[in-house]
Amino acid sequence: MSPEAISARAENSVSPSSAFVTGDALPRAGDPADAPKIARNTSGPPAKNKGRAPRSGDKRAVFRNNWLGFAFAIPQLLLIFTFFYWPASQAIYWAFTLQGPWGGGSEFVGLDNIKAVVTDPVYWDSVVRSLVFAAVSTGLSMGIALVMALLVDRELAGNKIYRSVLVWPYAIAAPALGLAFRFMLAPQAGVLAFVNHIWPGIWDPTINGNEALGAIIFAFAWKYVGYNFIFMLAALQGIPRSLLEAGAMDGARPLRRMVDIQIPLLTPTLFFLLVLNITDSFQDSFGIVDIMTGGGPARATNLMVYKIYFDGFKGLDYSGAAAQSIILMLLVIALTFIQFRYVERRVHYT
Amino acid sequence: MVERTRLFNIVCQVLLFLGLVVSVFPFFIVAIAATHNLRDVNLVPMPLWPGHDFLANFSTAWTRANFGVKLVNSVIFALGVAFGKVAISAITAYSIVYFGYRGRTLIFWLVFITLMLPLEVRIVPTYAVAANVLSPYQAILDVTGISWLIAHFTGVQVALNFGLLDSYAGLILPLVATATGTFLYRQFFLTLPDELVEAAKMDGAGPLRFFWDMIIPLSRTNIAALFTIMFVWAWNEYLWPLLVTTDPLKRVAVVGLLDVVPDKDSLPEWNVAMAGTLIVMLPPLIIVALTQRLFVRGLVATEK
Repeated sequence: MSPEAISARAENSVSPSSAFVTGDALPRAGDPADAPKIARNTSGPPAKNKGRAPRSGDKRAVFRNNWLGFAFAIPQLLLIFTFFYWPASQAIYWAFTLQGPWGGGSEFVGLDNIKAVVTDPVYWDSVVRSLVFAAVSTGLSMGIALVMALLVDRELAGNKIYRSVLVWPYAIAAPALGLAFRFMLAPQAGVLAFVNHIWPGIWDPTINGNEALGAIIFAFAWKYVGYNFIFMLAALQGIPRSLLEAGAMDGARPLRRMVDIQIPLLTPTLFFLLVLNITDSFQDSFGIVDIMTGGGPARATNLMVYKIYFDGFKGLDYSGAAAQSIILMLLVIALTFIQFRYVERRVHYT
Repeated sequence: MVERTRLFNIVCQVLLFLGLVVSVFPFFIVAIAATHNLRDVNLVPMPLWPGHDFLANFSTAWTRANFGVKLVNSVIFALGVAFGKVAISAITAYSIVYFGYRGRTLIFWLVFITLMLPLEVRIVPTYAVAANVLSPYQAILDVTGISWLIAHFTGVQVALNFGLLDSYAGLILPLVATATGTFLYRQFFLTLPDELVEAAKMDGAGPLRFFWDMIIPLSRTNIAALFTIMFVWAWNEYLWPLLVTTDPLKRVAVVGLLDVVPDKDSLPEWNVAMAGTLIVMLPPLIIVALTQRLFVRGLVATEK
């Protein structure tokens, strides 16, 4: 997980922050009279923001002391120049030059590094594995989270307990949960080892690559159920109660209301979470992979970020790692743009 | 809603309970495994009732990974990131929203773009910068010919070098250098009425005074939420601390887990490993459990 990746999206959905400011818990659209207001606060972006790129603020009354104002921005600018823009441009520079390890000389080689990467079957294997990891873990965690959020939103008995406990997995560091799952899914000890007593040799993620991939998918999905649950529940609570009541009046039972009213109204959130989960699966998988499998067995869990780390820091192939970084950067940027295009046309219901 | 759906409610409760069990089960296994001795923890199936060796496992894990020092490092690291984020994002957003200088839109975009590329994606060159944080400036001097001029006239060869490896600054600064909080503040500042500034101006308050006496107190909830999220996020960060610190006395608790991971060739000391896991995962878990509402609200608001 990395917050920065994604709060990019914060910009286009002004919504929750205004609820956030009031100091109340997530607002519950209970009172029909309140419904339009609350819906505006917690559903999609307000109409005025529609189709407009994010921009700096338009306060009428501003301070005249411009040098002081600029000075306020200097610390941030220095930091992002040194630790963001410079490294990002270095990555581009390295991707087109041949870098000696330990800073020894560099030679311009054009597209050779990129070519070397994209013609390497090991790289494509890593890409395919990353995509499978992203797709399956995202589907699994979003599916479970959706069911949980829909049920918790019904506010049955014990609602408060579910609401807090289901969030806990998200608080765990990836390596810690990697170690916990490595024990639970170990072939000789832990929770799943009993299957090997019944059918000897049926489960061993240290030998079978697909089982190892399954294990890291499961661990990652477990963590992200909590994360998806938070967003889905917040979105569900933004749906005006009156809509559900109208559905009930027309004779729709709870299950039908979920399928025909709540889930369709949730689509913007679901799409937003989909992109977010995929980008997070590229980054946050590192700790899990490093502790659980170390990229093995036989590179079966050698996901993209892990490969960059391994080639760059263990293999000292800076140029190759930089070329891979560039490809991954393009992928993340593309996903972010898809997100923006969609967010602008976000469905909403006020 | 007044509606009788008893059967459906029972189905719902069963499903919810299953979800609860799945969520809690790994915590439960970690806690139970940490109380057994080496023999019991390797039994198949593992006994699901607590053993008697928790303190022994705990102290073995504690000394093996030197968690005393590492937890202190983790606290300093996470507090540093949280403070840094809260402070720097606040003043940046203040600058963008409340001043009318030219170029503020450019600054806004410069900050905005940093949201797109997480640290993990540009990890190799960022590490190179941390190894010598002045290298970008050296390169600028070299390219512009300034270092040549200096060398020519004074005979001094300019070689700026300041490494951040194995230091708190190296751990903290790159993680602060992103825009997460800036947008949270900006959104909030835009909801504050313009009359607030006008009134403050009329009362003779300058920008510094207005920031300190009005903006900060009004942002208290946002600050608390951002702080909590950033603390937990930084505590759980793994890849960056793993790279930047090599000195065992400078490492953080999450990286310390590497010292308790059982090797293929050594004893399968899962009891010690799980005790270590417990030590590392409890602090953020406690924070999230205690500040649940703040955490959830902050998470939704930053949409991170």
